[in-house]
Amino acid sequence: MLDKLERIKKQAEAAITHMQQVEEVQDLRVKLLGRKGELTAILRGIKDLSNEEKAKVGKRSNEVKKDIESLLDAKLEELKTQALDAKLQAEKMDVTLPGRSLVYGAKHPLTIVTDDVKRIFLGMGFTVTEGPEIELDYYNFEALNLPKNHPARDMQDSFYINEQMLLRTQTSPVQVRTMEKMTPNLPVKIIAPGKVYRKDDDATHSPMFHQIEGLMLDEKISFADLKGILMLFVQKIFGEDVKTRYRPSYFPFTEPSVEMDISCVHCKGAGCRVCKGTGWLEILGAGMVNPKVLVYGGYDPEKVTGFAFGMGVERVAMLRYGINDLRLFYDNDKRFLQQF
Amino acid sequence: MVISYNWLKELIAIDWSAQELAKRLTMAGIEIDRVTEEDGDFILEADLTPNRGDILGMVNVAHEVAGLSGAALTLPQANVQENDEKIEDYIHVTIEEPDLCARYTARLIKNVKIGPSPEWMQTKLLHSGIRPINNVVDITNYVMLETNQPLHAFDYDFLKTKQIIVRRAKNGEKFTTLDGVERALDPNDLVISDGPDCAVALAGVMGGLDSEIHDDTVNVLLESAVFNGYNVRKTSRRLALRSESSIRYEKGCDVHHADYVSNRAAGLLQELAGGEVVGGIFDAYPRKKENVTVKIRPARVNQLLGLQLSDEEITVCLERLGMTVTPTEGGYSVQVPSWRADIEMEVDLIEEVARIYGYDRIPATLPSGKTTVGQLTPWQSFVDQVREYMSQSMLETINYSFIHPKSWDDLRLTPDSPYRNCVQIANPLSEEQSVMRTMLLPGLLNAAARNLARQNESVLLYEIGRVFYPTQEENVVREKVSLGGVIAGKLGANWLKLDGTLDFYFLKGVLDVLFAHLGVEITYEPTGAYPSLHPGRSAQLCAEGKILGVIGEIHPHVQKNFGLKDRVCVFELNLENLFALYNNRTTTQRFSRFPMVSRDLAVLVKEDMEVGRILNRVRQLDLPYLIQSRVFDVYVGEQVETGQKSVALNFVFQAPDRTLTDTEIAEYMQQIVVELQKTLHATVR
Repeated sequence: MLDKLERIKKQAEAAITHMQQVEEVQDLRVKLLGRKGELTAILRGIKDLSNEEKAKVGKRSNEVKKDIESLLDAKLEELKTQALDAKLQAEKMDVTLPGRSLVYGAKHPLTIVTDDVKRIFLGMGFTVTEGPEIELDYYNFEALNLPKNHPARDMQDSFYINEQMLLRTQTSPVQVRTMEKMTPNLPVKIIAPGKVYRKDDDATHSPMFHQIEGLMLDEKISFADLKGILMLFVQKIFGEDVKTRYRPSYFPFTEPSVEMDISCVHCKGAGCRVCKGTGWLEILGAGMVNPKVLVYGGYDPEKVTGFAFGMGVERVAMLRYGINDLRLFYDNDKRFLQQF
Repeated sequence: MVISYNWLKELIAIDWSAQELAKRLTMAGIEIDRVTEEDGDFILEADLTPNRGDILGMVNVAHEVAGLSGAALTLPQANVQENDEKIEDYIHVTIEEPDLCARYTARLIKNVKIGPSPEWMQTKLLHSGIRPINNVVDITNYVMLETNQPLHAFDYDFLKTKQIIVRRAKNGEKFTTLDGVERALDPNDLVISDGPDCAVALAGVMGGLDSEIHDDTVNVLLESAVFNGYNVRKTSRRLALRSESSIRYEKGCDVHHADYVSNRAAGLLQELAGGEVVGGIFDAYPRKKENVTVKIRPARVNQLLGLQLSDEEITVCLERLGMTVTPTEGGYSVQVPSWRADIEMEVDLIEEVARIYGYDRIPATLPSGKTTVGQLTPWQSFVDQVREYMSQSMLETINYSFIHPKSWDDLRLTPDSPYRNCVQIANPLSEEQSVMRTMLLPGLLNAAARNLARQNESVLLYEIGRVFYPTQEENVVREKVSLGGVIAGKLGANWLKLDGTLDFYFLKGVLDVLFAHLGVEITYEPTGAYPSLHPGRSAQLCAEGKILGVIGEIHPHVQKNFGLKDRVCVFELNLENLFALYNNRTTTQRFSRFPMVSRDLAVLVKEDMEVGRILNRVRQLDLPYLIQSRVFDVYVGEQVETGQKSVALNFVFQAPDRTLTDTEIAEYMQQIVVELQKTLHATVR
């Protein structure tokens, strides 16, 4: 009996080594371990043996059975893996062919820049406000300390609808509208992005363009605070290493007024074509809100101070993306828009 | 405006190089664009802000530099030796319009010898961009450059009446300016008149041809006057005639020192043209202007600037600029120099302190105060979301808000269409940009046409922007926010052989995704009501009984009008109405863990029946466990009777709390079949 067991084991081991098909493994399992299998027969015959033999053969036959089973299992696993590998090989795709999604869109670069500016100021506790694009002369000029006949009105050739209405030439009218709505509450912290219009159309001017206005009012806001907030802003939008300088300027609605320059983003201040050799780029106009404007807005200039600023979105976008033609923003050529 | 470095150095003792001077001035708000060397001199080109017209005079530049440097000034002196005669015996001045002429001074210099001016003067004029002419004219120009006060020299002997009248021009009055051009005037123009009828100068703009200084002029009447800047600007603009004089009046001249300037020029005429100065100035000065005094409080200066300056630091800044500072209760009383008309209030003085102290020396701090939360309003974040979703598949565009009025005809709008009622620009750049858009479509169609013309074979463009409508109320325009899009062309051949046609269903698919993201249920109602659109391929976007917008293929005529070769699909909707429907999810629906059961059904209906009606019918049955209905095939052709089509539908059922039985499902399917048979005469295939 024991000899027979050993023979079965040897034969099974040899057969399993050469097996190529899953079916062969299953056939052998039936042949040895099935109901009518050779090994099964031996196991069944044990009960007829003497007690001494029973123990010996019983032990060995169980060992052989276990060995064969594990060999069969291992082989089966091996063959299945092989088969799957072969199948996967056969299913190989050309991964360099284009994917199925055939359209993709993009936001306009001016939207992207505006969103970035919005995000920075939201982070500093500002809210976003909008005003009408067709504005009253009162808000666009008069309440901003630009009475009729003021020479500074010439700086901004306007599109008029009638005597009292025009396409706003700046986002600054939102300042007074906001103050009227907010007074006497403090602090006031808003930015106001939007379209503005001026009667100018050449290589460097578009009759419609975008500005972002900012206004912050509180009880003790100083020029130093203006510098602090704006510095933080330009560092966030142009990079931490950007340098700033502040030049006195003139806006009827701020006093003192300031023009803020940043070190040229192109040459880092060494002087190049972008900054016309100066190393500096004009980036925004700002100032402390003129007391006259505070009065128009319903605040007492003795108690409330604040600053306002305004910047051109196109200018920021041109610097950031190295765009040298303003007209591309409104031309809406797919090849331009797709790049953002 | 140009500044001669050498000339400036005669007026103020600075040791700055021209480059250093340019930098200092720029950082003080007088922006120097360029410095060029010109035979031993440096010419600084300044870009002036409108409030600093005074800088057009060299003496005032010197005052500014004194403020910045503290260096000593050497101001030009007026040395006049008058004869015993009286000016009143020679001339009389009447100002008829004191609003337009604040002061008019006249002096007479007799027996001048016309000749060239000295070389030093010619050099200065040339370096300032003015061509030398003769000693008399050169002196008037030189003193103007020096003081910022324009002067005019008349040939006294040409004046017939010896009566100067400053009056408005008569309607249609003809006048020949010294450039030889005859000009037609109107009563908005101010003239200097010899007697009541004979204009001899266009006040502040240009003198007359006849009364100008000639080679044989002997007696010179010297005008030093101040005219209303706004009025000078109007005249000079209307006549397109800008002069060194008009530029200065526009920006404002110093009414106080008109007499000093007259003396300064008279002294030079005496010295350099051998003239004899008649005693006295005829000074018509109807309303004498007082000096301006402004109070400044050091505490306010420091609070507004965020500095801790001592009183002395503040007063020094002001005094260096030529201001007289005297202590007063709570601060200082500052007498503003007459040439600084821009200073009216305390903040104006604070700005002067900041400028002289240096903006760059002011620290950068962060405001302390109440903490505020920066967040977008629900509307703002909604718009941002729409933009986000739309930008997944389409390119965002920005088109001009003003369009060509012919767009309405190009779109085939009916004559009574409300979209034709638009806001018009009174002074447009061109007809092409003369009316405010009432819809985004014209801009989008033009952008699409432009792209296709440039061989961009497919376009998918959208825009979010305002459209403008006049209202019944005076001076009130209604601005609405619109979302519009256009698709055209083909996506081009692809190896997957996918259909790349950018057609109606493609655009609808984009919107379906948008609406799904927003949680808005929109129905597409077929319509033939839009003459811009293909009558058989257009729909209204509806929700809760309201029309939100429209989608469709554009009409072939419109296509042609916009220069589009291929079929083009568009949509436009009112974003504010969409926002009203927007469901900003605050709850979630539980989903069932029990099995889903799927059933297909093919029905035959009339070929022109909209599939939407079938789905609507099913929806109206309100079957309790029907969670999804889909169309997976629409077929016309073999095995389907002519005039009919086969629509294959798939329904999915699921109960929240148990497994549905076959019998139940069969019953629901039966209900569907009966409903479709009854209401739409459908037959099961």
